[in-house]
Amino acid sequence: MSEIQLQIDGKEVKAKEGMTLLEAAQNAGIFIPTLCHHEKLEPFGGCRVCIVEVEVNGWTKLVVSCVYPVEENIIVRTRSEKVDRIRKTIIELLMAHAPDSPQLQDLAQEYGAIKDRFEKDASFCIHCGLCVRYCAEVAKKNAIGFVGRGINKEISFIPEIAAKECNDCKECFPLCPTSYLQAAFVLVEALVFPSSSEPESEE
Amino acid sequence: MARLNSPEELENFRQELLSKKDPNMPCISICAGAGCIASGADEVIEAFKAQIEKEGLTAKVDTKGTGCPGFCERGPVVVIYPEEICYLGVTADDVSEIVSQTVKEKKVVDRLLFVDPITGEKAIHESDISFYKNQKRNVLCNNIKIDSKSIDDYLAIGGYSALTKALSRMTDVEVLEEVKKSNLRGRGGAGFPAGRKWEGSRNAPEPIKYVLVNADEGDPGAFMDRALLEGNPHSILEGLILGGYAIGSHEGYFYVRQEYPLAVENINLAIKQAEEYGLLGENILGSGFDFRVFVHQGAGAFVCGESTALMTSLEGRAGEPRPKYIRSNIKGLWNKPTVLNNVETWANVPLIINKGADWFTQIGTESSKGTKIFSLVGKITNTGLVEVPMGMTLRDIIYKIGGGIPNGKKFKAVQTGGPSGGCIPEDQLDLKVGFDELTKAGSMMGSGGMIVLDEDTCMVDVARYFINFLTDESCGKCVPCREGLRQMHRILTNITHGKGKEGDIELLEELSETAVEASLCALGKSAPNPFLSTLRYFRDEYEAHIKEKRCPALSCKELISYYIDPDKCTACMICARKCPAEAIDGGKKKIHIIDQEKCTNCGTCFEVCPSKFDAVTKISGEPVPAPVPEEKRMITKKSPGKSKKK
Amino acid sequence: MDNDRIDQIIDKHQGEASSLIQVLLEIQSENHWLPKNGLERVSEKLQVPLTRILHIATFYKAFSLVPKGRHEVHICVGTACHVRGATRILDTVEEATGIKPGETDLDLKFSLETVNCLGCCALGPVVEVDGKVHGKMSPIKTAEVLKIYE
Repeated sequence: MSEIQLQIDGKEVKAKEGMTLLEAAQNAGIFIPTLCHHEKLEPFGGCRVCIVEVEVNGWTKLVVSCVYPVEENIIVRTRSEKVDRIRKTIIELLMAHAPDSPQLQDLAQEYGAIKDRFEKDASFCIHCGLCVRYCAEVAKKNAIGFVGRGINKEISFIPEIAAKECNDCKECFPLCPTSYLQAAFVLVEALVFPSSSEPESEE
Repeated sequence: MARLNSPEELENFRQELLSKKDPNMPCISICAGAGCIASGADEVIEAFKAQIEKEGLTAKVDTKGTGCPGFCERGPVVVIYPEEICYLGVTADDVSEIVSQTVKEKKVVDRLLFVDPITGEKAIHESDISFYKNQKRNVLCNNIKIDSKSIDDYLAIGGYSALTKALSRMTDVEVLEEVKKSNLRGRGGAGFPAGRKWEGSRNAPEPIKYVLVNADEGDPGAFMDRALLEGNPHSILEGLILGGYAIGSHEGYFYVRQEYPLAVENINLAIKQAEEYGLLGENILGSGFDFRVFVHQGAGAFVCGESTALMTSLEGRAGEPRPKYIRSNIKGLWNKPTVLNNVETWANVPLIINKGADWFTQIGTESSKGTKIFSLVGKITNTGLVEVPMGMTLRDIIYKIGGGIPNGKKFKAVQTGGPSGGCIPEDQLDLKVGFDELTKAGSMMGSGGMIVLDEDTCMVDVARYFINFLTDESCGKCVPCREGLRQMHRILTNITHGKGKEGDIELLEELSETAVEASLCALGKSAPNPFLSTLRYFRDEYEAHIKEKRCPALSCKELISYYIDPDKCTACMICARKCPAEAIDGGKKKIHIIDQEKCTNCGTCFEVCPSKFDAVTKISGEPVPAPVPEEKRMITKKSPGKSKKK
Repeated sequence: MDNDRIDQIIDKHQGEASSLIQVLLEIQSENHWLPKNGLERVSEKLQVPLTRILHIATFYKAFSLVPKGRHEVHICVGTACHVRGATRILDTVEEATGIKPGETDLDLKFSLETVNCLGCCALGPVVEVDGKVHGKMSPIKTAEVLKIYE
């Protein structure tokens, strides 16, 4: 695979063809914030927090660095007025769901995001997909998946599979930025697991 | 039916078909498209067949259900050939008269003719009707002439001659070059040059390639593809085979939305017929070119009209789009080079091959060549499908073809491009339709939806309506679209409910920027367009809603009150009786008053008050006048409009 | 729906995972809804995880995971119909049937859905019952059409 030269935040960076901008930046020790990215998983491109500015042939555009392939001689800026503004809005939109998430709070501080900008929503899942993707790609159990679309999209355990597999695994639990995953599991276990004959009462 | 094994055999077969046809034989063509069927065309077709049989004319008169000619509001549409006499709104009861008068005695049944809304003149032939006169129906013209379920009918009007020309006299490269030369731009919304897309796939170093027909026409208000797919399925199929030949693909797919069952039925039948005739399968017409086609149905998701989402859906997954950094004509369906084009784009291909790119480029403007089919709907007199050369002005389309706004109302704006498009106001009506012209005005061509709005339409509500639609249809994968549109919808709904506040417009603009810049796909990226364009041209309406809690169009239910004008009320009791909330107090000769506490704003009183009195009014942004005092409520003299009580 | 019938449908589509949506559409069309044991059978035979099938069954509007009524009422709320008063038609239907979009009444008589464009825009407002399209509807006409159905 051929080598590609590009510039990130003024620094000359060497990358291999087929790498993403995020990979190239991380290899060069340059930080780009992410929420839905995980090195063991296929890039998802859902949170859009890792957007960066790319200048090629005099044209500037915003791209999502976790999926954008490296190109020869492009100039990348991981921070700019526009990038920061959009990251701020994304964080504020997510804080309408999970204002107490540590990752979101860190990002909010960096980008000046206001926690209460938007009306709160009932569900504190931010749809990063880490749990679903980990279970499908790494654990290969497919005990949890997405259901619905748009604002009705949710994560959902399949009770029969979860009852069999999850208690011995739970590797996805530490990945959840909001603890919604743990809460969902507790509910499913209490209400729907096929092996329990009586629902355990929860506080 | 024996397989046709060479272009010569096909041409001979065609000549045979034509020689059996008598051009003077009467033919009763009844539109059998979904629109006319909904208006009762099935019964009309049956009635004609029965009547013809009853009179022993079956051998002398042809009766057929045909493709959609696009004048759906006036259906069922019947055209009698060879005179081309066009009747509208035909019912089964009209059939015996039409057969005896027109078919047998060549006389016209006046009452079924089109009446021009402005001149009052009656039009006998399709070509005289003002709706059709100013159109250039290169693509749609054949619909009314053929039975959509008959491949022989398609062959009889010259169908598959482009395919024989290409397979016998042109190389695959020459076919590609001709399409490139024609400057055909995609008719599905993006307007990308088809030839360039095809070339990218052709040159991709990968033996397996796909060609796809995007028949997931999801834009509400658009039904061009439905008419083409139901009415003339073979024309699309021919275009697709030509496309496969040009780029070296041997497998094609139709992705048809399942809300169009008649289109699914007709295209499946067309494919079966083409296979029988040897126009699909192995060694087509002896050329050595193999091509197979399959049909997949959509399952009710607007986002699957987006090309990468469509491909994901074809692969048997939820239709979530993919990033377009790697173009799908290089890595598309199953990661193979894939050419995806819209139904109307494919329908233009046989015309370009038959008549040449030079013929095509003579129609239209510098950057937008050929014709475009629009669905002209909404507050417009002549509703239906309109095919015009690119470059015709919006004014001509709306007034010359569309017959203007009905009920004496004033034009306000025309919404083009579906949920990704915008609204164009009156002072821009001389704009010439074309991809770039519409984009410059803040809208876009889109798939061709053209929805006319009048003075009673609230532009803030239009923005809210589209954002609501897109929130429902969003796949939900990326934050700017899923969360951003959700918040935009909340804010716009609040504004239309009188709960808007300072800063709302700026917040909406910020959310718009996030969606435009950071969304995963075109659905999210173009979602703010209806808001941005209505803000650009109708900012005063937004400000009135927010600052004065007033809806200038008197449309937003929460911001209007109904009020009976005591000077005009004649106490006829009609509204009082019809009011579902029993909110109107009044009696014979006693001026009616609406109890604002009980009123649910349903609008019934407004609709039922006789127009000669016109006593019910809508008020917005100001308090309802105090009710007339009891002693002044009795009408002493019967004189509507004359004030006796002040 | 029994497993044999489901197997038949799957075989008709050459047992390919990419035909998943087409298989589900056929089951939905015949059975009027997708029962869980049916989905488990499909998962087994097509070798596709149940999570993917459930995502599809809940992503696309054509599918229902709960039994539907005998008569499916679809109200078009596309732009052309909206502009011509589809909201009032919807209000009328909600009142006449007692259910909101997405619901089925307790007698399993009517299921109500809104649709985002049936392609009959020139005839707006449009109501579709059991696949039959009724155009140029008004609240009164809509109420009359609904009365026909048992």
